Amino acid sequence: MSLLEIKDLQVRVDDREILHGLSLTVNEGEIHAIMGPNGSGKSTLSHVIAGKPGYEVTGGEILFRGEDLLEMDPDERAAKGVFLAFQYPVEIPGVVTMNFLRTAYNAQRKARGESELMAPEFLKKVREVAKRLGIPQDMLKRGVNVGFSGGEKKRNEILQMALFEPSLCILDEMDSGLDIDALRIAADGVNALRSPGRAMVVITHYQRLLNYIIPDVVHVMSKGRVVKSGGKELALELEASGYAQFDEAALTAA
Amino acid sequence: MAAVQETVDRVRQIDVDQYRYGFETLIESEKAPKGLSEDTVRFISTKKNEPAWMLEWRLEAYRRWLTMAEPTWARVNYPKIDYQDIYYYAAPKPKKALTSVDEIDPEILKTYEKLGIPLREVVILEGVEPPPGGEPSASRKIAVDAVFDSVSVATTFKEELRKAGVIFMPISEAIREHPEIVKKYLGSVVPTSDNFFATLNAAVFSDGSFVYVPPGVRCPMELSTYFRINERNTGQFERTLIIADKGSYVSYLEGCTAPQRDENQLHAAVVELVALDDAEIKYSTVQNWYPGNSEGLGGIYNFVTKRGDCRGVNSKISWTQVETGSAITWKYPSCILRGDNSRGEFYSIAISNGHQQVDSGTKMLHLGKNTTSRIISKGIAAGVSQNTYRGLVTAHRKATGARNYTACDSLLIGDKCGAHTVPYVEAKNSSALFEHEATTSKISEDVLFYCTQRGLSQEEAVGLVVNGFVKDVLQQLPMEFAVEAQKLISISLEGSVG
Repeated sequence: MSLLEIKDLQVRVDDREILHGLSLTVNEGEIHAIMGPNGSGKSTLSHVIAGKPGYEVTGGEILFRGEDLLEMDPDERAAKGVFLAFQYPVEIPGVVTMNFLRTAYNAQRKARGESELMAPEFLKKVREVAKRLGIPQDMLKRGVNVGFSGGEKKRNEILQMALFEPSLCILDEMDSGLDIDALRIAADGVNALRSPGRAMVVITHYQRLLNYIIPDVVHVMSKGRVVKSGGKELALELEASGYAQFDEAALTAA
Repeated sequence: MAAVQETVDRVRQIDVDQYRYGFETLIESEKAPKGLSEDTVRFISTKKNEPAWMLEWRLEAYRRWLTMAEPTWARVNYPKIDYQDIYYYAAPKPKKALTSVDEIDPEILKTYEKLGIPLREVVILEGVEPPPGGEPSASRKIAVDAVFDSVSVATTFKEELRKAGVIFMPISEAIREHPEIVKKYLGSVVPTSDNFFATLNAAVFSDGSFVYVPPGVRCPMELSTYFRINERNTGQFERTLIIADKGSYVSYLEGCTAPQRDENQLHAAVVELVALDDAEIKYSTVQNWYPGNSEGLGGIYNFVTKRGDCRGVNSKISWTQVETGSAITWKYPSCILRGDNSRGEFYSIAISNGHQQVDSGTKMLHLGKNTTSRIISKGIAAGVSQNTYRGLVTAHRKATGARNYTACDSLLIGDKCGAHTVPYVEAKNSSALFEHEATTSKISEDVLFYCTQRGLSQEEAVGLVVNGFVKDVLQQLPMEFAVEAQKLISISLEGSVG
């Protein structure tokens, strides 16, 4: 059974169809890159997988380990192992990062029928993970993402990814707003989390990120569909020739 | 839109049906005849065995009240109150004179037990879960004065306080036992002519707490009063007077609940604080009167005058309030900064849900030199409620070097509620420095989605965001209260118990 199976997905926002029958299959251990120009529906796809409200699924299905993901609330999906690293992580003033992490971590465990982790045990765990990712301890004492730099926000996402140990990670435009050094640190963090039991879907605009996170499969999205799939060399091809050719392909297909 | 809509729907359903303190205690009680007249005032005064000067004080207030009109400037709407349709005095019928807590009507004791208020002299945390991360402290005691309808039914730890020289007793007793102190201070902060509701209170108040902390004494424990309205159609008019003499310190807590009833009940209290030279008073309130049901039926009308006078140099008064209950809240705990270098603080969390209307804030009146004040107000509106912050900061001509910092933040949950900020600022000398910051925000869909994506339910996410929003103020509360307040906030907004 595939980890994630998206079949003929059609999605509307405010009566406008954004995804027109998108299909995608991701197996455990695989890294998929989804590339495409602005407005091709990449972020919509990530939001619909994670369950963001405001999108209307008018056709198709999303199966996660064979279960209907679209029937679940976002928190249930999270507990099942779906993690979305946000392009723009939100700020939550007054909520200390460490508390947020523990509340979320224990909520997921509780949903899975596992025992909650006590504060000292959890603290130890977070410190270990943070150290491995080079995250300074004082970041954990600040409000969630409040006053964080772009790089810190992304690292906080990766910290949570490492902590929650999801089986599917969706990275939405992880490279946006990062300089080359911050990008490398973030990519190293992601690479450290590659494992045979974990799949990743890396959504990106530019080929640049894929120099650091090497994908197994590359998909090109245009106008709400996957128009081409191939190996990692497809990304380089895109870099050279641009997205325009695929826009035409998408129009012909429509 | 969906998530916010869901939140709104949930908040709408839960609102006050979650009110945990809505039960009624069935006891025999003794009431004054319905309605208000000079006879009612005399009846109350007689019941309390008051000296003649006290009756005269009340009657003067009553006559004054007849000439006054109910204020209409607040942003609240309610049907006209019929002041002749209210009982102004109700007391549990005593079987005999009480000499100890054990002789209190067991029904009343049970009521307070249900409310989690220990009237027996126990260490408050005994047998109570320690707050998260905190060790139960064996040495922390809280003395409680319990006011049931119109009378005080018990005051704990009296003996221990007496040893420290602290007087903590029902004000009705203080009028008889310490007339010289009461005479000197009663009405000196909130005069009988102050405003419609305060004047009414002066005429008919039946009990409340009295605290006197002698010079140089740091009160050895937290003092608290727990107010409970039980009787039907009964107004509660308590009056609290706290005096911190030179160089003393006292921390005082106040809690309130009432049964769930379809009719509205009037609560018009007066609290007066006096801080002399170098003294400090910290006054904390968790107000959880019955707010009415989901249709806006019933609930307490809370018209309260609270004012502190920093009468001495270097004195300090700090108000902290968590307001979650009442159908209508009209309340402006204020500080008169009379002494040079005195300081006033106001920390407030006001939550409105369902059909609640809150018009609350503070006044900081800078009269002395180099006086400072700080206002942190957090308003949270949900349902179809209206939440107004109204604040006045003034500097007198001679109040050179006055400083104020005000921050008013409002958080909206859903799109049918309203948050309003009405600051009044007057500086009559050029050296005053007043700062005012205000923000209004909504719990955004993006924040909720972020939290739920990390595994929190919608309710947990709202609770988390709200608790983050009010954190600055919660930190000002004594620890036990902070834990209780945090739970209360969750209940008021989420529908999940603690």
